[in-house]
Amino acid sequence: MTNMQKIERDIGITDTKISARNVNVHYGATHAIKDVNVDIADKTVTAFIGPSGCGKSTFLRCMNRMNDTIDICRVTGKIELDGRDINAKSVDPVQLRAQVGMVFQKPNPFPKSIYDNIAYGPRIHGLAKSKADLDEIVEKALRRGAIWDEVKDRLDQPGTGLSGGQQQRLCIARAVATEPEVLLMDEPCSALDPIATSQVEELIDELKQNYSVVIVTHSMQQAARVSQKTAFFHLGTLVEFGDTSQIFTNPTDPRTESYITGRIG
Amino acid sequence: MTDTAHPSGPSGKKNTADIVAASLKRRRRKQARLQWIGLGAISIAFVMLFILVASLLSTGWHAFTQTHLTLDVYVDPEEIREEKLPRGGFDDALGASLGAILPDADMEDRKTRKAVEGILSNGAQFELRDLVEADPSLIGQTITMTVPVSDPYDQLNKGLIKRDTPEENRRVKDREIAWFDALKEQGAISKPFNWALFTNADSRFPELAGLKGALVGSFWALLTCFLVSFPLGIGAAIYLEEFAPKNKLSDFIEVNINNLAAVPSVVFGLLALAVFIGWFGLPRSAPFVGGLTLALMTMPTIIIATRAALKAVPPSIREAALGIGASKQQMIFHHVLPLAAPGILTGTIIGLAQALGETAPLLLIGMNAFITSAASSPFESATALPTQIFIWADSPERGFVSRTSAAILVLLGFLVMMNAIAIYLRQKFERKW
Repeated sequence: MTNMQKIERDIGITDTKISARNVNVHYGATHAIKDVNVDIADKTVTAFIGPSGCGKSTFLRCMNRMNDTIDICRVTGKIELDGRDINAKSVDPVQLRAQVGMVFQKPNPFPKSIYDNIAYGPRIHGLAKSKADLDEIVEKALRRGAIWDEVKDRLDQPGTGLSGGQQQRLCIARAVATEPEVLLMDEPCSALDPIATSQVEELIDELKQNYSVVIVTHSMQQAARVSQKTAFFHLGTLVEFGDTSQIFTNPTDPRTESYITGRIG
Repeated sequence: MTDTAHPSGPSGKKNTADIVAASLKRRRRKQARLQWIGLGAISIAFVMLFILVASLLSTGWHAFTQTHLTLDVYVDPEEIREEKLPRGGFDDALGASLGAILPDADMEDRKTRKAVEGILSNGAQFELRDLVEADPSLIGQTITMTVPVSDPYDQLNKGLIKRDTPEENRRVKDREIAWFDALKEQGAISKPFNWALFTNADSRFPELAGLKGALVGSFWALLTCFLVSFPLGIGAAIYLEEFAPKNKLSDFIEVNINNLAAVPSVVFGLLALAVFIGWFGLPRSAPFVGGLTLALMTMPTIIIATRAALKAVPPSIREAALGIGASKQQMIFHHVLPLAAPGILTGTIIGLAQALGETAPLLLIGMNAFITSAASSPFESATALPTQIFIWADSPERGFVSRTSAAILVLLGFLVMMNAIAIYLRQKFERKW
């Protein structure tokens, strides 16, 4: 019970980080996202759940304009980060993605050293003034990624030589190295074994102290474990959005209930 | 085959194991046949390759040695005067010294004198001239020189002119054979490695002809070809693969690039003749123009190889770079190109190897001229390896037969080397991944 109260208190003190209004996404002739409205709170973990192909990943990728890289993809509607329209002409996706970091489904470290993997973002954005500065950023990011102790003696080894779970934590560390405000995670544990999954989940729990985290997941248990807010997507529409405890214990929409109880999906 | 081991199922139907067993023999036979056909195909290819290399080696190896004559030459002050250098009777001096050691050589007889002087290569007198010009104090002294013999004697020494051929059908007459044998008995004849093949440019005389001009010409042409086609090809490939919108126009361009790679090379030669030489007024026979022509042919190969290599870079790496906030240019230069490098390099080297062996376009722009000095810049006239082979194959002197094969072996050697470099680079860079 105390836990629940703590969560409710956490939600109470946070403000809206990202707000989406009437977002529609078309892939060619396919209408993938239909009129989605959602508010992502700061310093909170928000989970997107739903059956495969329901559009949760697509919607996630709208929030750092990764869909721009797909030719046939068209996004309409308004998405605001701190009250600023991210799709405005004046916003460069490069700047946006420095603010909104992303972790992908499959761990995708660069085929470079562990150090260079982390240092890449700060380097291209010019965040470090000196080598010592950069060293500090790399150490801090690796500590935040909960992988420092495992790799501190082999920073010059290739990042691709790590185990799957380590690679994913390396990718999370890489994403936080540029000090983003929002961290988007697209099924970050789907390629990991249970032990690595629990390590990443602990990490997500810590990350919410500093960031607004949005996580797409297939696993309802994972959503229940790590998130404070949950959004349920079905066939491209946002069916229900609310506190995680309420979604899982007392859903208002019958489709949510069917999904939670395993009747659809 | 016993029924008890494989009982038939109910209703008289055979069970699956029996049906499979019945067809097994046939299946195995078919598989064995396929393997034999494959093995046969490879064997035929290898035999053909072996025949090619063996025939080249059997005729070409003669060209890697050259018969030389070691001679004490009296630099006669009567014939060679210091104040007249570089003019002088160098051929007479050589002839007189040679005639003195030959049996039955009446040097007063003009015909005999010509025949004696004909033993030595035409280049011998120039060699002597250069020696004396560099050090005029040699006049009046006797110096020992080792000079190439002329082609017929070289052929005789190598057994390519048969002694049992009737004299009237033989290039070297009986008297001349007797002279040669006498020289051989005196120990004056040697057959060292033919360095001239690599240090001399082309010549009318086979014993003096070398590949230096062709090697230098090919080098300049390939350098020009690389410097033009590599940046242009990669630039085009990056644009088409990473930036160009996918529409009818880019499809049209893609089809045309693929077609360009299949255009006969002689067409590129005609194009180069019309545009580079006719229109731009670039010099004829110059390796620079040859390089530009070859670049036209190499570029499609590089574009196609580069696009394939770029396409093969996993999308996850692109997303990783973009997700951190790298711009598209940073993504390409920091991540995609390094990963595509082995494929790009392999394609480029294979393209250049193709260009090295390309003959037809070079013939059309005049790189088959007879040029006796190596080009010191890409704008001077030169030949290239394949056109040199073409020229030599067309020459009537017997010495050029073996030299043609030797030149082909040199060209093949370069091709094998370039392909080996391509394989080495590919493996070296792939290990990093």
